[in-house]
Amino acid sequence: MLKDITLGQYFPGNTLAHRLDPRTKLLAVVCYIVAIFSCHSAWAYGAAALTLIVSARVSKVGAKALLRGLRPVLFIIAFTAVLNLFYTPGEVLWTWWVLRITREGARTAVAMMARITLLITGTFLLTYTTSPIRLTDGLESLLNPLKKLRVPVHELAMMMSIALRFIPTLIEETDKIMSAQKARGADFESGSLLRRAKALIPLLVPLFISAFRRADELATAMECRCYHGGEGRTKLHVLRFAARDYLVLAFYVALAAAIIVLD
Amino acid sequence: MDEIIKVENLTHTYGEGTPFCRSAVEHMDFAVRRGELLGLIGHTGSGKSTLIQHLNGLLKPTEGRVLLDGKDIWAEPKKIRDVRFRVGLVFQYPEYQLFEETVYKDIAFGPANMGLRGEELDRRIREAARFAGLDEGLLDKSPFALSGGQKRRVAIAGVIAMEPEVLVLDEPSAGLDPRGREELLEHIRAYHRERGNTVVLVSHSMEEIARYADRIVVLAHGRALMDGTPREVFSRAAELVRAGLDVPQTTRIAMELQKRGLPIDPAVYTVEELARALLALKKGGGRGC
Repeated sequence: MLKDITLGQYFPGNTLAHRLDPRTKLLAVVCYIVAIFSCHSAWAYGAAALTLIVSARVSKVGAKALLRGLRPVLFIIAFTAVLNLFYTPGEVLWTWWVLRITREGARTAVAMMARITLLITGTFLLTYTTSPIRLTDGLESLLNPLKKLRVPVHELAMMMSIALRFIPTLIEETDKIMSAQKARGADFESGSLLRRAKALIPLLVPLFISAFRRADELATAMECRCYHGGEGRTKLHVLRFAARDYLVLAFYVALAAAIIVLD
Repeated sequence: MDEIIKVENLTHTYGEGTPFCRSAVEHMDFAVRRGELLGLIGHTGSGKSTLIQHLNGLLKPTEGRVLLDGKDIWAEPKKIRDVRFRVGLVFQYPEYQLFEETVYKDIAFGPANMGLRGEELDRRIREAARFAGLDEGLLDKSPFALSGGQKRRVAIAGVIAMEPEVLVLDEPSAGLDPRGREELLEHIRAYHRERGNTVVLVSHSMEEIARYADRIVVLAHGRALMDGTPREVFSRAAELVRAGLDVPQTTRIAMELQKRGLPIDPAVYTVEELARALLALKKGGGRGC
C-alpha cells in the first residue's frame, strides 16, 4: 500500500537522458518551468508538450509511469480548474443559478490544467532519470557560488541525500510496524477522525524512536570514516559537462527564450 | 491430530501489474496440526515471512485459501481482526514495535483491543509476562529502559496475552546471544507444554528447529519442499544441502563420517544423539578416528 508512492522514484536506465549531467537536467527543468509559465498561446503550450513527449521518449519512461506521478495532485488540478472556470470575469458563455462560465474562464481553466500537468510531469521526468545521489551532487555543484554568502551548501546537500536515501527505509519500517500492531488488533482504518488519530500513536512512537536510533548510528558511522563536513572533501564521481550537455541545455534555453520573446 | 490451519494452493504475488512483480509463494499447500510445535524453516527469500502473514490475515492471498478450523478466514473480511486474535503473530525483531510508557501497558495493548478490561486483563498480562520470562518487577518500568532481550520478551508477552490458539513466532531468537536464545526458546517450549497450544516456530537455524519442533516443514523457492518429523527430514540431509539449506552441525559431522566409511546413521540432530552414536561406534570396536 505505502509502497505505491512514486515520489522521487528513480528508474535505472542507460539512455541519453540518464547519461546527461545532473546539472544540465536541473537547469533544463528550470528553463522548462520558466517556459511553461510564460506560455499564453496554444502553440506555445503545444511546443512545451512536444518537448516533454520527446524527452520522455528519449528517456524511455513510459507514459503510464509519468501519469501515475500526477495522481496525488489530481485534486489540486481539478480544484484550480474549477475555481478558474467559474470565477473568472469576462464574456459569459453559460449560466445556471449562481454558476457562470465565461470564455476567459474556460481558457484559463484549460491553460492552468495544462500548466500544472506539464510542470509535474516535467519534474518527474527529472527524478525518474536521475538517481537521488546524482541529483543532490548536481544541486550542490550548482549552488556552490552561494558558499561565498556563507550558505551551508554542502551540509544542505548532504542532508537532502540522507533524507532521500532514508525515505524507502522509513516507508518499509512504517509498513512493518503497522503490520505488527495490526497483528495485535490495532485498527487504523475505521472510527472517527479522533479515534484514527489516536490509533496512530502505536505507529508513530516506534517510528520516531527508530528514526532517532538510525540517525545516531549513521552519525557515528560517518564520524568513524572521518566525515567532517564539505571542507576539502573530494568526489568519487566528478561532474563534467560533455557536448551533449551543451546541446540539450542550448535547446532548453532556446525554448524558454523563444516562448518569452514570441508569445 | 486435526488440522487447525490449512493453507490450500496459496499464491501471493507482490506488486502485481508493475515491473517489480514477483511471486513470493506459489501454489503452496501447508497445514498446522492442533497442539503441535511446528518448525518452519527456509532461507531468506523462501517465502516464510509471506506465508506466515497469511495465517492471520495480514496479507490476502492472490490465489488459494487459508482455512482456520475449516473456515475460510476471508469469508467475512470485516471479521479479519478476530482471526488476528486467534492466530497471534510475533514479527521478527518485535522489540521495535513497543510504544507504551510501561511494560504493563504495552502487553495490555493486544488484549485491550480485544475488548478485555479489569481483572481478566490483569490476569492475562501477568500470566503472559510469566510465560515470556519477565519478572513482575519489570512491569512498571518503561520498555525503553530494558535490555534488548527483555524488550523482545515484552513484545512476545504482548502477543501471548491475547491467548491465541496458534502462536506464530518469526525468528524469535535472531540477534540474541546463545544464552538468551536458549532461555527464550525454553520459555516458548514451556508455554507450549503448559498450555497445550499450537506453536509455529520460524527459523533459519536448523539446530534450533531440530531441538524444539515436533514436525518440520522446509520451504524453498515459495513451496513446501519437505514435511515430516525432524528425523525424517534430516535423514534427507543430502537433499537439504542441495537445496542450499543448512543441516545441523551434528548431522553434518555424521554425514562426513558416513562418507568416510563409518557405519553411522546421518539422521542424528542433537549433540546427545551424536555422542551416543559415536560411543556406540567405539564400543563396537570400529576403526579409530
